[in-house]
Amino acid sequence: MAFYIASIIAILATVMVITRYNMIHALLYLVVSFLAVAVIFFMLGAPFVAALEVIIYAGAIVVLIIFVIMMLNMKEESVEQERKWFSKNIWIGPGILALVLLGELVYILVTSERVLLNNAVVDSKAVGMSLYGPYIIGVELCGLLLMAGIVGAYHLGRQRRKVIHRFLEKTEE
Amino acid sequence: MNALPIDMGLLLAGVLFTLGLISVLIRRNIIFMLISVEIMLNAAGLAFIVAGSRWAQADGQVMFIFILTMAAAEVSVGLALILQIYHQLKTLDSDAADKMNG
Repeated sequence: MAFYIASIIAILATVMVITRYNMIHALLYLVVSFLAVAVIFFMLGAPFVAALEVIIYAGAIVVLIIFVIMMLNMKEESVEQERKWFSKNIWIGPGILALVLLGELVYILVTSERVLLNNAVVDSKAVGMSLYGPYIIGVELCGLLLMAGIVGAYHLGRQRRKVIHRFLEKTEE
Repeated sequence: MNALPIDMGLLLAGVLFTLGLISVLIRRNIIFMLISVEIMLNAAGLAFIVAGSRWAQADGQVMFIFILTMAAAEVSVGLALILQIYHQLKTLDSDAADKMNG
């Protein structure tokens, strides 16, 4: 029963995320969605991953996006602009196509044989033994990926020289 | 606690993924597109956790940790790109970046 409540909360919060015009409101609903998914992880016997979901997804990633929105210094008119971009009937075509794909997935799941989940809890010790045993090459690749991410974010986020900005402003007039 | 059918977990992952897919298709704001990609990655991780719970093995959780790492690296690089696009084009409209005259 708790699984269904958490599922409904996750789906409703995600619907609210994709229909908001204000970015900060969307991010707050996104935090609710991530927390609901973390509850589901906990019920599926993955407490370590539930903690990671709260710390990294609902904590670090959302805070990172909020900081960038703060740096962009959005004004009130950005909400109006978002409403203008969103108000046209552009969502009908992609929405229908994506829902058809979802319908196919639901059909496959409903017609397949019913398999029950185990209630066994896989604790963090088993995850750690697996992570640093057979998956050690994946951990090393993750380290390389994070290093590339740091270097790439530093390189891309660096401010260019002012001359380029003046040149662009001049060409915009 | 009763055992859940695996269909429900996969169904939830599918619904969340579809919502993220719809959002990334209909939004024009780049930050909203990035948020939608995060929703889709989270749904994929949920499917891994459900499968790992089905077999009571740790592999699903290991895969989720890899997805988490990838999402963190992706969002940092993506946000740096968004800052750069905003500084150069003065807008968050993804259609404004269709000319390669950066």
